[in-house]
Amino acid sequence: MATDNLLIEIKDLHTYFYLAEGVVRAVDGVDLRIKRGQTMGIVGESGCGKSVTALSLMQLVPPPGRIESGEILFYRAVRGNNASTMTEVVKITDLKPNSKEMRSIRGNQISMVFQEPMTAMSPVRTIGAQIMEVIMLHQEVDRAEARRRAIDMLARVNLPNPAQAIDRYPFELSGGMRQRALIAMALSCHPSLLIADEPTTALDVTTEAQILELMRTLQNDLGMAIMYITHNMGVIAEMADEVAVMYLGRVVEQTDVQSLFFNPLHPYTRALLKSIPQLSDATAKKRRRLEVIKGMVPDPYSILKGCTFHPRCEEMIPGVCDQVLPMLIEVEPNHSVRCHLYGTP
Amino acid sequence: MLSYIAMRFLRTIPQLFLISVLAFIIIQLPPGDIVETQIQNLQASGATVDQRQAELLRKQYGLDRPVHLRYLLWIGKIVTKFDFGYSYAFQKPVADVIKERMGYTFAIALLSAILTWVIAIPVGVFVAVKQYSLADYIVTFFTFIGMAVPGFFLALVIMYIALTKFGIRVGGLFSPEYMVAPWSWGKFLDLLSNMWLPIVLLGIGGTAGTIRTMRAMMLDELRKQYVMVARAKGLSELQVIIRYPMRLAINPIISGLMWLLPWLFSGGTLVEIVLNLPTAGPALYSALMAEDMYVAGAYILIIGALTSISAVFSDILLAASDPRIRFGGVEGV
Repeated sequence: MATDNLLIEIKDLHTYFYLAEGVVRAVDGVDLRIKRGQTMGIVGESGCGKSVTALSLMQLVPPPGRIESGEILFYRAVRGNNASTMTEVVKITDLKPNSKEMRSIRGNQISMVFQEPMTAMSPVRTIGAQIMEVIMLHQEVDRAEARRRAIDMLARVNLPNPAQAIDRYPFELSGGMRQRALIAMALSCHPSLLIADEPTTALDVTTEAQILELMRTLQNDLGMAIMYITHNMGVIAEMADEVAVMYLGRVVEQTDVQSLFFNPLHPYTRALLKSIPQLSDATAKKRRRLEVIKGMVPDPYSILKGCTFHPRCEEMIPGVCDQVLPMLIEVEPNHSVRCHLYGTP
Repeated sequence: MLSYIAMRFLRTIPQLFLISVLAFIIIQLPPGDIVETQIQNLQASGATVDQRQAELLRKQYGLDRPVHLRYLLWIGKIVTKFDFGYSYAFQKPVADVIKERMGYTFAIALLSAILTWVIAIPVGVFVAVKQYSLADYIVTFFTFIGMAVPGFFLALVIMYIALTKFGIRVGGLFSPEYMVAPWSWGKFLDLLSNMWLPIVLLGIGGTAGTIRTMRAMMLDELRKQYVMVARAKGLSELQVIIRYPMRLAINPIISGLMWLLPWLFSGGTLVEIVLNLPTAGPALYSALMAEDMYVAGAYILIIGALTSISAVFSDILLAASDPRIRFGGVEGV
């Protein structure tokens, strides 16, 4: 993979939560690369560390969690002297969460859209005030100009009557409209990476389709990369260029979206794909039971020896999988997998 | 917003009427009337009062007229001339009794309320942000003590310690040498040096309670997603806390303002009696003890009126601070 168009590089990231009951290794060795303008889909079950990876990227891991080790590199585009763009490497893991430099990245070059549009804005301030706040924080513009830009952004996300909507309070908008306003807020400083943490989970299917369509259009217009976090394989198929499948704090498979759906390698990925209900199952004469992945996600405090998926794996090799942790190896060009079936470490 | 304010004011008019009727009924409650009380007083001092004189007095006070006319007479005098009747216990018009106490009452109670907010709001926010830290545990410990110990008891303990250990006289608002002296710079300084103790004592319970409220509200708000969204914008932690969760957590404090004015009047009565302060609470108490019904009626009327007026103001402030209230109310209809 060429490094010239790299935007984000996560190397062996560990983010742990220190709770009274023990240490939760929410992110336990994640490697990830996101290219400029690309959509990276992160998929996995609840509690697999998708959101914590995203929060680590923003240095927003809430206490008692903290980034334990690993590197997050941000290849920031800076304008050179002669209108050429150069990249400068910012090591996000070296920045303090509350430092001025980290804050100047947050909401500006890397911004985030969250899961719950209903509670993502303060109910006592107008959406305009909350959007203008970001613009005025990161760009040297006055109120009038910030307002003009906010209205422009609201128009881009297809909010009806943006000039009036800007003075509305969040509770006056529907869920879908609020998520549009939140996307407008996240994009108001033209970030190079937008992290979308299950932005459509709380919305109905029609609205979800509209929001996904909107995000793709905006990505084309603004040329940003998207890190799209979801547990929905359908959304991944629709949105992502590259996909990383996560299980228990690790990336178990990373490839392009085509290979993932047509040539899944990791037993977990295959099991995930098999557990999607098919419409043809419902109409077929002989109904088939929905396949599920056997067992449960192990409790977060335990440390499993070997591959963390081995207790639930159909193809577990005794003596190997329960003993040695497999490495993430590139078995085909741009197709990495963390599994003993594809070579021993 | 304007129509909301207008509606809110209109709604207080029937309230005030009911309060005044109630106050009047209370004035009428004790057996006998003021003339009888006056005659008894005169007889006790050795004078003889004949029946004709009594009738004359009754006519003068309008006591020979039916009850509703007497009410109109009473409330009419209050509204037009600020004349609340005559206090027999203090031997002067009720209006004068209230006037001379009003200033101190408001000064002490307002300052202790301000002290409460100035301490309680930042501390409450701080311990919520640092939940389960050592500071949180220490503050929690002291707030429970502050809420549990009655103010008058604390006042007694402090007076005892001040007197026995340090030989300082505590109580009253003025040192004896300034008690009857005309206003001067020295008297003002003396007032300040005596006033801080009642202010602190009256404020302790409220401060402790407000810290608890603020902490609980902040903990609720801090968990909400908009706080994380605000952080993700790149705001500093202080900006995040002040602009987002605090704006919502402050609501119960604003609606609590409703109790401020009536509390100013009667909330600290026990403490004020112990500290011998020339404020409204102790006067009301002694008026009730002496069956000085015009004073009692006037106080009830004023407390009632203040309660409904401060309810209006706290509602308006709350509506200004929280659009959800504005929109859910009159304007939305």
